[in-house]
Amino acid sequence: MKRLLLFSAALSATAGLAALTACTAGTESGPPKVAQSGASHEPVTIEFWHGFSADNELKAFDETLAGFQKKFPWITVKPTKAVQDGQILQSVRGGNPPDVALSFTTDSVAEFCKAGIFQDLNPYLKASGIDPASLFPKVIAEYTQYQGKRCVMPMLADAYGLYYNKALMKGHQPPKTMSELADLAKKLTVKDDKGDIKVAGFVPISQMYENAPIHTGVMVGAKWTNPDGTSAIGSDPQWKKLMTWQKDLTDWYGYDRLEKFRKSFGDEWSAENPFNTGKVAMAIDGEWRTAMLAADAPDLDYGTAPLPVADDQPQRYGAGFITGTVIGIPRGAKHAEAAWELVKYLTTDTGSLVTLSNAIRNVPSTLPALQSPDLKKDSNFQTFLDVFANPNSTTLPAHVNSVFNQQTLQEAQIKWESGRASDLDALLAEVDKKIDEKLKLTAGG
Amino acid sequence: MATTALRHKNPGRGNLRALLYLSPWLAGFAIFFVYPLVSTVYFSFQRYDLFTLEPVGLLNWEYFLKDQAAWTAIRNTLWLVVVMVPLRVLFGLGVAQLVTRLKAGAGVYRTIFYLPALVPLVAGTLGFVFLLNPGTGPVQAILSAVGLPAPDWFGDPAWSKWGLTLLGLWSVGDLMVIFMAALLDVPKQLYEAAAIDGANGWRQFTSITLPVIRPVLMFALVTGVIQTLQYFTQAEVAARVASGATDSAGSVFTPGYPDQSTLTFPQWLFQQGFRDYAMGYACVLALVLFAVSMVFTLILLRQFRGLGQDIDGEDI
Repeated sequence: MKRLLLFSAALSATAGLAALTACTAGTESGPPKVAQSGASHEPVTIEFWHGFSADNELKAFDETLAGFQKKFPWITVKPTKAVQDGQILQSVRGGNPPDVALSFTTDSVAEFCKAGIFQDLNPYLKASGIDPASLFPKVIAEYTQYQGKRCVMPMLADAYGLYYNKALMKGHQPPKTMSELADLAKKLTVKDDKGDIKVAGFVPISQMYENAPIHTGVMVGAKWTNPDGTSAIGSDPQWKKLMTWQKDLTDWYGYDRLEKFRKSFGDEWSAENPFNTGKVAMAIDGEWRTAMLAADAPDLDYGTAPLPVADDQPQRYGAGFITGTVIGIPRGAKHAEAAWELVKYLTTDTGSLVTLSNAIRNVPSTLPALQSPDLKKDSNFQTFLDVFANPNSTTLPAHVNSVFNQQTLQEAQIKWESGRASDLDALLAEVDKKIDEKLKLTAGG
Repeated sequence: MATTALRHKNPGRGNLRALLYLSPWLAGFAIFFVYPLVSTVYFSFQRYDLFTLEPVGLLNWEYFLKDQAAWTAIRNTLWLVVVMVPLRVLFGLGVAQLVTRLKAGAGVYRTIFYLPALVPLVAGTLGFVFLLNPGTGPVQAILSAVGLPAPDWFGDPAWSKWGLTLLGLWSVGDLMVIFMAALLDVPKQLYEAAAIDGANGWRQFTSITLPVIRPVLMFALVTGVIQTLQYFTQAEVAARVASGATDSAGSVFTPGYPDQSTLTFPQWLFQQGFRDYAMGYACVLALVLFAVSMVFTLILLRQFRGLGQDIDGEDI
């Protein structure tokens, strides 16, 4: 027993060491390899990691890759599905990355570019005679490059808007301003005898599926950062406006009742999504929901509209949040030239983008694909194409602390909505302080 | 005599042989202890995003002093060490006492109490959060039906750590088994003699049971402290499920939800190193965790000196 005890005590010392060893992985250096494209037709097999996993997505993707194979018969693509950013990062660190990697989130783009995890694609674009400014909508540049390096290309885009259940709307038109949204939410809400929510007109809290501040901030045109990367959240009165509006509507429901209601929902990505099941009359969501509704709730009579905007900004109605899937060539890719052919095909080929868009209902990310007559358009999907084209639509510009910044604001929002913080100015000032301190730590800002 | 003379003639040879015998351990010690420790100290003075290094002096250490989340994580971890670990030991001992005294169906009850310890951490936590879900959880429905308050266990910062503690008590089977073995090992004649002397149940427990099983209790406490200093999975999963955040783009998970009340030190370390790419700062946190672990180790080692003996004063 004595030995056992001593052994246990020694284990506690290794508890810290387990964490220490994580810090000691080696570094890698060297400039990214850039080559002229299309020089060789030697047979080559390239590794392609992507995040798609749903059956309909994989089927569409296979069809697209078959199109690539036809066009480039000497390049064989070996795809790996359901890959996340962490795996890409580790593969680059380990010196065994795929030739092409795709990320569903733009949160890591700044780090990908800054640390050279993905190669700068500007030389490839130049060699291929592609002018990104004329090929992609302007907003895309903000989330595909960082400090002059374009280390990823956009492959399809996402736009956010308001979904509404026509039956639950009882003849009302979708709201255009935040006041209209709040009024209508109250009118459409159904409560039982105990006051518990049975149907919510709109769930305003930030923890609701797609109500994260990056999606709702555009309703008031709120700014995240200053040009030097420091936080603009505390100094931009629009955040205060948005959060006050959210809190007022939350208080009308009662935070505890709203949370109880929210926690009765099924998984966002399942057929039990409360919008599918008629528990919520209006919800913020992305364009992909149109495909999911067609599959999971084909009988649901719904409509889509741009997000409501602040009452004093009616001219901004029609704008929304834009983001997208990004794809690039990791540092250390073994077949960079062939990899570039695949990246170029998936991000610039109109036929490829339209095929994928029609299958998984994402917004095509090039201007020619948006204009393609082959692009399937219905009124619900058209809303998102319009949002994508709207000059007031915004994205979250690539930032080295993108995830931290979002987390910090969302934490503050939860505190505020729940009533666990009462001084909004102080709360937002604290958000600024945390973000700015973190910037100094990670970027020396 | 000849051998002694030989030793005196070649003292270095003996040392070399000893080193040779020790070399596997020395190599392991150097690779898995010295190198990580030295590297971690070095990286703690660098801005290190997993790919590039930039010397920044004491910046990472200064940030640690200002990082409210790190101190919240320390407080939460210590809360779990101080509250959850003793409660688990007490509960495990209580359950072990009960199941060792059962005359009938002991095997069934032992199995029932032990089974939760076999459930994978993620699955167990998922199940527990759903059971206590304020919207659909059966526990909440029962509490409400009998007129008791039904808190939002994992959604209210005042209750979330207690929710994790309940989860820890539910899976107390690992401790129960150890205590059962210890309790069954206490010589029966000691209880018989005490009964003849008129000692009641409580006196028997405090004067016989506790002294005999004390080393096992300490073992349970030590391993509990070690495990809790590394507490990660249950807190991470519970917060994720309760917050409703997914890993999809735009769905932001705030570790420690709600209000960082379930944020533990290893979670924050992981977040800094592998989510925020601030590995230099994560190394500072790792060194702090290492230092805290060492302090606990030294304290506990001192305690052990008096524990390695049975009630007769013999080494065990």
